[in-house]
Amino acid sequence: MATDSRPLLSRVADSLYWMARYMERAENVARLLEVNLHLQLDLPLDGNQWQPLIDACGEAPLFKERYGEATQETVVAFLAQDREYPNSILSCLFAARENARSVRETIPSEMWEHVNGIYLRVQEQYAKPAEELSPEVFRDLRLSGHMFQGVTDATMSHNEAWHFVRLGRQMERADKTSRLLDVKYFMLLPSATSVGTPYDDLLWSAVLKSASGFEMYRQTRGTITPRDVAGFLVLDPDFPRSIRHSIARAVDSLDVIRAGFATQYESVNLLGELGRELEEMDVDTMIRSGLHEFLDSLQLRLNAVGAALQRDFFALRQLTQKQKQTQTVGAD
Amino acid sequence: MLFDAYQTDSFHDEMFHADGTVRPEARLLLETLQSLGEGHLQRSQHAAERMLLQMGITFNVYGEAAGTERIFPFDLIPRIVQAKEWERMERGLVQRIRALNAFIDDIYHDQKILKDKVIPEEVIRSAASYRPQIHGINPPGGVWCHITGTDLIRHGDGELYVLEDNLRVPSGVSYVLGNRDLMKRTFPEVFEGLRVRPVDDYPGNLLETLQSLAPESCEDKPVVVLLTPGMYNSAYFEHTFLAQKMGIPLVQGSDLIVEDGIVWMQTTHGPRRVDVIYRRIDDDFLDPEVFRADSLLGVPGIVDAYRRGNVTLANAPGNGVADDKVIYSYVPDMIRYYEGEDAIIPNVPTFLCWRDSDRQHVLQNLDKLVVKAANEAGGYGMLVGPHSTKAEQDDFADRINANPRNYIAQPTLALSRVPTLIGDRLEGRHVDLRPYVLYGRQGIRVLPGGLTRVALRKGSLVVNSSQGGGSKDTWVLAGDDNGN
Repeated sequence: MATDSRPLLSRVADSLYWMARYMERAENVARLLEVNLHLQLDLPLDGNQWQPLIDACGEAPLFKERYGEATQETVVAFLAQDREYPNSILSCLFAARENARSVRETIPSEMWEHVNGIYLRVQEQYAKPAEELSPEVFRDLRLSGHMFQGVTDATMSHNEAWHFVRLGRQMERADKTSRLLDVKYFMLLPSATSVGTPYDDLLWSAVLKSASGFEMYRQTRGTITPRDVAGFLVLDPDFPRSIRHSIARAVDSLDVIRAGFATQYESVNLLGELGRELEEMDVDTMIRSGLHEFLDSLQLRLNAVGAALQRDFFALRQLTQKQKQTQTVGAD
Repeated sequence: MLFDAYQTDSFHDEMFHADGTVRPEARLLLETLQSLGEGHLQRSQHAAERMLLQMGITFNVYGEAAGTERIFPFDLIPRIVQAKEWERMERGLVQRIRALNAFIDDIYHDQKILKDKVIPEEVIRSAASYRPQIHGINPPGGVWCHITGTDLIRHGDGELYVLEDNLRVPSGVSYVLGNRDLMKRTFPEVFEGLRVRPVDDYPGNLLETLQSLAPESCEDKPVVVLLTPGMYNSAYFEHTFLAQKMGIPLVQGSDLIVEDGIVWMQTTHGPRRVDVIYRRIDDDFLDPEVFRADSLLGVPGIVDAYRRGNVTLANAPGNGVADDKVIYSYVPDMIRYYEGEDAIIPNVPTFLCWRDSDRQHVLQNLDKLVVKAANEAGGYGMLVGPHSTKAEQDDFADRINANPRNYIAQPTLALSRVPTLIGDRLEGRHVDLRPYVLYGRQGIRVLPGGLTRVALRKGSLVVNSSQGGGSKDTWVLAGDDNGN
């Protein structure tokens, strides 16, 4: 960043990053629910696809304890409406709004009003019983999420603060895509080696649609195979929700954030390394060496990057250890 | 129609004469209002309230669950101020702020005004908001009162009076700007034909004021920040609003560190030096090393940095001494003492309970007077005699006898009224007016207009937001009453 750009408070950077992550998280949950509600219409009556949603969110034990059996009603109540579950849509939007509220002076009014507006609207929409929530309200939130990104990109200077917003968004996307694939891949895999049922295509399409990737997949890969779905969602260089693409954009943002500062940042090294590996990775090697192991280690590495970001940029440092103004370049 | 049953009763109405004819400056507004279709005003009012919520123009209410946000009720009928009257108000405010600033500087230096026995020394020493820790500090440019929000009222005699000076951390200016924005968005037709003076330049002027008073040692463009107590403060919206409009960082106490008398803020790339702090934290909580030791909101060492001249604090700590309601009663004497002039805008006549004769009068007339604690603000610690019960009066009598220095009393003022939308028609409601005054190195500037606060409850004289008050847009007209 140029040295004459406005300094960014550590606390504010932290809130921007989490505002973006929570918005993205809410949008992802909404997309999962929307796709699943549609999928139910095409499946045989005994084809319960609700438990996998809970698994994809990594919340099976908590869900079982609080709701018991996974049905449309209980899963929607949990993932969309439950204020005590911190990753429900309502909780995410509340957290996104609280973070936005704490940085209102840094983001343009348009952004704040958008986040505030979504929260107020969704709070009203979701006051109904779970069984009355239609796919439309989740579609509505997905569109609001896209609009949030649009408002962010179109009204906020692409300065350091904006890069922390983008960093949060991309980190969250990489994480969510990897979870989605991890769960669905192994659930659907047996049918890929066996004869296959008429529902295979439907279920794999649903995975792609859960990442808004069905149409873009068709354009580059054509027919649906587990190998290509995994390759597309992990390694496609151009699809905006592939893990590789998300990490590459996160690397770009982090590069801008650290530019001009001599400090060695652990987060920069960790994320850069991950980005390079994904670029060089080939889909068959990835699957041969074990997709689950690969995705598992990816999530651990994303967590490590998150912790390093915290240490490098968000945490308040002791002043005695400071290097006051460590810029290496002058004002431009 | 809207005005069919409208009565000015026996009050001064800002829109109508006592005989019911419209004041010349409000004629165009009245004609516009009368030309509106059935229900138009209510629909605009609802649209405005929705917009306030969407824009997050809210305040937090103390004593309710954390994070309870409410909109500050807004009424669409503006209060209009004639150009000529405004010109006098402006002169009166400039005169008053100059004298108050001189007074505070004097109190924390030579105390000439006490030596000359214009104000009894005892009154200063017993003021809860007097800060001996501040003695001898020289703020840059000699300015103590960077931002003031003086409360003015118009009494039944048609005369304007100063009710309070608010020299510490006056709030509300964001509503002035928000209200204007809202009026233009929901009700553009009423601006047609009128020359209403704009208020949008306030944040720019505020930034300029703050920058102009950076420490003299600051060579680069000064780094200015706004210090907030945090998200759950009642005025948090205003803090974010002003920081955003000025384009400066909004910091909390925990973002700042003082080392060797220099203030730093913690950024993503290490500490950055801070030159000017527009602080919205009360003196008490500003620095646990100097004031309240239990404060978690403030910054340890910040007053030391200020004393050494390494950072500017706006407003200056210690200003509250002149907000004391006993000391307030001496402001006309200060104006004569420091400026050699009579006050242009008079004070409300004030009885000081520590004077035996005044106290006897107050105690005998508790049912007629308004009694106020000398060091409270926001409508707290107050008895409105005519609206009080015997038990409340007895309670105040006990309090006054126990601590006469802490109480003053004033006549119950017949605050002027402005038509206000109540249900589907207009009724008169009492208002006050808080103009905002900026004091920078280049001089003193007054924002044309200010916050008109309105007591929405029928008959109520208490306009504070915490006590059922709302606000209105304030239109200072440029040129003559016909908008020319």
